[in-house]
Amino acid sequence: MTLETFSGTFGLWMGAALTLCIFSFLYKDNPFYRFAEHLFVGVSAGYWLVYNYWNIVKPNLIDPLREEQWQYLLPLVLGIFMLTRLFPNVGWLSRWAIAFMIGSGSGIMIITYLQSNFLEQIKSTLVPLDPTGQPWYVVVNNVILLVGVVSGLVYFFFSKAHTGVTGRIARIGVVFLMVSFGASFGYTVMARISLLIGRLYFLLHKCVGVI
Amino acid sequence: MSFAGARLLHISLCVLAGSLVLCGQALCQSAPPDTPPSPATDLVVKDTPDDDGGSVTLSWSLSADDKGGAKDVLSYEIRRSKSPDGPFTTIKKVLKGTSSTTDEKKVENNVDYYYQVVTKDASSETPSAVAGPVRAHVQWFNLGRLNTLLITILYTALLLYFISRAKKGEKLFVRRIAGLDALDEAVGCAPEMGKPALYVPGISTISDVATIASVNILSGVARTVADYDTRLIVPNFDPIVMTVAQEVVREGYMAAGKPEAYREEDVFYVTSSQFPFVAAVDGIMVRERPATNLFIGMFFAESLILAETGASTGAIQIAGTDAIAQLPFFIAACDYTLIGEELYAASAYLSRAPLLLGSLKGQDWMKMFLIGCIFIGLVTLNVGFAGFKSLFDLPLTIFR
Repeated sequence: MTLETFSGTFGLWMGAALTLCIFSFLYKDNPFYRFAEHLFVGVSAGYWLVYNYWNIVKPNLIDPLREEQWQYLLPLVLGIFMLTRLFPNVGWLSRWAIAFMIGSGSGIMIITYLQSNFLEQIKSTLVPLDPTGQPWYVVVNNVILLVGVVSGLVYFFFSKAHTGVTGRIARIGVVFLMVSFGASFGYTVMARISLLIGRLYFLLHKCVGVI
Repeated sequence: MSFAGARLLHISLCVLAGSLVLCGQALCQSAPPDTPPSPATDLVVKDTPDDDGGSVTLSWSLSADDKGGAKDVLSYEIRRSKSPDGPFTTIKKVLKGTSSTTDEKKVENNVDYYYQVVTKDASSETPSAVAGPVRAHVQWFNLGRLNTLLITILYTALLLYFISRAKKGEKLFVRRIAGLDALDEAVGCAPEMGKPALYVPGISTISDVATIASVNILSGVARTVADYDTRLIVPNFDPIVMTVAQEVVREGYMAAGKPEAYREEDVFYVTSSQFPFVAAVDGIMVRERPATNLFIGMFFAESLILAETGASTGAIQIAGTDAIAQLPFFIAACDYTLIGEELYAASAYLSRAPLLLGSLKGQDWMKMFLIGCIFIGLVTLNVGFAGFKSLFDLPLTIFR
């Protein structure tokens, strides 16, 4: 047996054993699950440490600084500020870095949100309701779309109590939300079943070879 | 088959082959000579609008032999020169049927360029008339995003207005959210049962709006938990979120007058891998048996695994997320779920911070504006005027 074959076979059996260890949690918590859990967490934490260095710190900070792009000193300083939490006397400096991240992140996201949740929302809801020149079921579909959007928006209106007319419209909005959640639930469960099939195929085909 | 038969067959095949060769030659001789395709016409070149320069847009009318005529056009070749007399170099090729393209190949700004579109068939080509000069420019303002700018200005103005009102101490009404009553009850259960509470702030970064809202809610939860002298466990997926969470929980305990009860080791980093994080949190749930599980923030495929494990331990569970694909799972497996914007509203309601309350009010007015736009748009669209709808195009095209 060559080294490659041995490592391949060993990896295969390790994968199968760890899969069964994780599946054993379906019965109850046990030492096998704990072993797999700790191994999983430890390996992934180590993996991400190395990944972040080679894919984020090095290309986005160390390499530009080596090329004398001194503007990258600013993120370096902010990064050092984050580490000041380890020293209580200067730990307050980390708040500057956090404030910078939250502020810049929100500022960038707000434009995306306004475009997708506002402009696109309005445009997609402006649909023809005139029955001339189009099938009746298209008109019905458009009416359902309109009622769903408006009642959903009213449900998420927080400046008025859900009583009277507002309450009744909001109730319609909840019905629309629940119907869409139900459809989404069924769709995703199907995808999850295919994941389970993939794992079972790995065990029964690659490891045991019965299928 | 006899020898004579085989020979006869061989002679027949030779005669047939000879006839085919002769036939082919006759066909070749009778075919007309290849004629070059008709040229592309009406070539227009202009600086690409609303960009940062380095681009020229070309449009032309298709050759008469593309779609119609001999239908033998295979492609168009775009050629460029800095002089109307050439030499022209090929920039790119586009397939037949294409009547516009952009040249972004090392186009220098503020330099005159001349273009030619060459129509090609299998063996010949016909150049169009030369068009130009054209210069690429940097545009200071992207008119295609004017609607986004206006909406952003309106939204910002509303936010500032309501924030200033809230800062002046004006009481801004925000309706009670049902999930918040459940949140108080859930947190209150933990001390009664002598068990800790678990708070998972999602698996996204601190720049995610859902995570920011989650941290605000965590602040209120930490204060309540400190009041009850209960332990609060906060496993984190992101190291920076962990840093913020530690800060927020510590402040919550201080605000409750019990800074000594804060345990920094209970607000900890696990890993930044999705499923190892879930495995660890599942382990915590079955070993520590928290009385209350709060899953608030941004979640992905792990939502159902977390919520199902929590349900199996008998904990009271409250979830809150704006991840639309995960909401159904939380609704199915948790006792109460803050849906989408309720998450942001909850953080404003709990903290009563003027910034958050003002933002919430501003968002409500934007929703009113949105509903108004929908109704105006529907009326105009259904009386045959589509201009109003085009105001919401991305990019905006009415100025082109």
